[in-house]
Amino acid sequence: MEYATQHRATEQAIQHRFDPYADNGGTILAIAGEDFCVVAGDTRQSEGYSINSRYAPKVFKMKNNVVLANSGFHADGVTLTKRLNQRIEWYRHAHEKDMSAPAFAQMLATTLYGRRFFPYYSFCIVGRGMVYGYDPVGSYERYQCRAAGSAQNLVQPFLDSQITLNGQKDAQPTPLSLADVLCIVKDAFTSATERDIYTGDYIELHIITREGVETQLHPLKKD
Amino acid sequence: MSSKLAGGFSFDNHVRNAALQQKGLTLPKAVKTGTTIAGVIFKDGIVLGADTRATEGPIVADKNCEKIHYLAPNMYCCGAGTAADTEFTTALIASQLELHRLTTGRESRAVTAMTMLKQMLFKYQGHIGAALVLGGYDCTGPQLFTIYPHGSTDKLPYVTMGSGSLAAMAVFEAGWKRDMERQEAIDLVRAAIESGIFNDLGSGSNVDICVIEKGKHEMLRNYARPNERGQKERSYRFARGTTDVLQTSVRSLVTVVEGDQMDTSS
Repeated sequence: MEYATQHRATEQAIQHRFDPYADNGGTILAIAGEDFCVVAGDTRQSEGYSINSRYAPKVFKMKNNVVLANSGFHADGVTLTKRLNQRIEWYRHAHEKDMSAPAFAQMLATTLYGRRFFPYYSFCIVGRGMVYGYDPVGSYERYQCRAAGSAQNLVQPFLDSQITLNGQKDAQPTPLSLADVLCIVKDAFTSATERDIYTGDYIELHIITREGVETQLHPLKKD
Repeated sequence: MSSKLAGGFSFDNHVRNAALQQKGLTLPKAVKTGTTIAGVIFKDGIVLGADTRATEGPIVADKNCEKIHYLAPNMYCCGAGTAADTEFTTALIASQLELHRLTTGRESRAVTAMTMLKQMLFKYQGHIGAALVLGGYDCTGPQLFTIYPHGSTDKLPYVTMGSGSLAAMAVFEAGWKRDMERQEAIDLVRAAIESGIFNDLGSGSNVDICVIEKGKHEMLRNYARPNERGQKERSYRFARGTTDVLQTSVRSLVTVVEGDQMDTSS
């Protein structure tokens, strides 16, 4: 509680800065199985201590059946998705076939790097058969499992222990079934919701198989 | 620097820490209770309410902490802001009030506690980050105050504090009535705190309620638990022997040698 003071302006020069970014929180993850792939994200969109929306999807099925998950600045994620879908369509018109997952992964990297000095503030994960993870300026790598977003620090170690079985003696990395992976994804999100204030409301998960993409919605805690 | 035992804060490391900070060291962050706390006056008493989430930045530090603190048998105080400041400030004033009761032989008054709190907080110019909702019932009837970290106070029939104060106040402004019944007041405070729990990211988990009436009080810890964690899908127990033993070495640290018996004659 305070009263506006007239002389404050003269105390120091006012700096006008252009700050077009925001952090809208949220968590995403993707896991590659033998013959399937799961890409999931929570649907909470927030800013500071406020919730903008309890259902604002950040995982998108693209026109070539690749699934793209975005966390960071929501508006940039939406714009990036829109541009990539456009490029997928042009590709189909030019080549009369759908863009492959590795081609899409490379295209996303060049699209991100094209904005090297005014980046899309977007942490991307791509899934279809394989999983690719990105930084906001286009550095990317193939992974078996990847988490990103506000609860990345909480979720990635959990995936490393349950999927990659890092540092576990006698643990045989047997191929995980889809049912097992779905359990791990749900537990990852319910646990992240317990401790990360920006993760919650719903999980939206996409299951990619040879047959196509199936989408599921599961509730999370709303506090 | 004095080695004598004296009350108050120690500023011994202030100059050193300021110098380190200037060299680029970031000082440790305190646990904040990004909080929803609230209170109302009803027909024959006070209802206080609080959520139970404590945060450290974006991480939930405690899912079920207590934010309604004891001040006197007829007085309780909800705290928002820096967790340590709310706990120590209320504990200090509670102690002073107890001594005051022992010397005067009278029940403590809410105004007394309010004045002691505001004078302490004003003295520290806002550096003690305690935002409080004080409720009590004394010889002058039910009393409700808010105290801000800089030492300003309000006396109102319904109050809220913390990062969820706007969400909670919205509920009060919509539903508050003069001279409510006890249960009506509890329900309203519960709705106000739940509004903070669900709409403010700094608040969460459960609702604590405290009802103070003439000559008695009732602490309703976890009065509402609207955020139970569901059953996990899998068990994550690791098999015995999962952690690999890389190296084993056993050393005897103590060697017992039977020697001459100690001379105890003189």
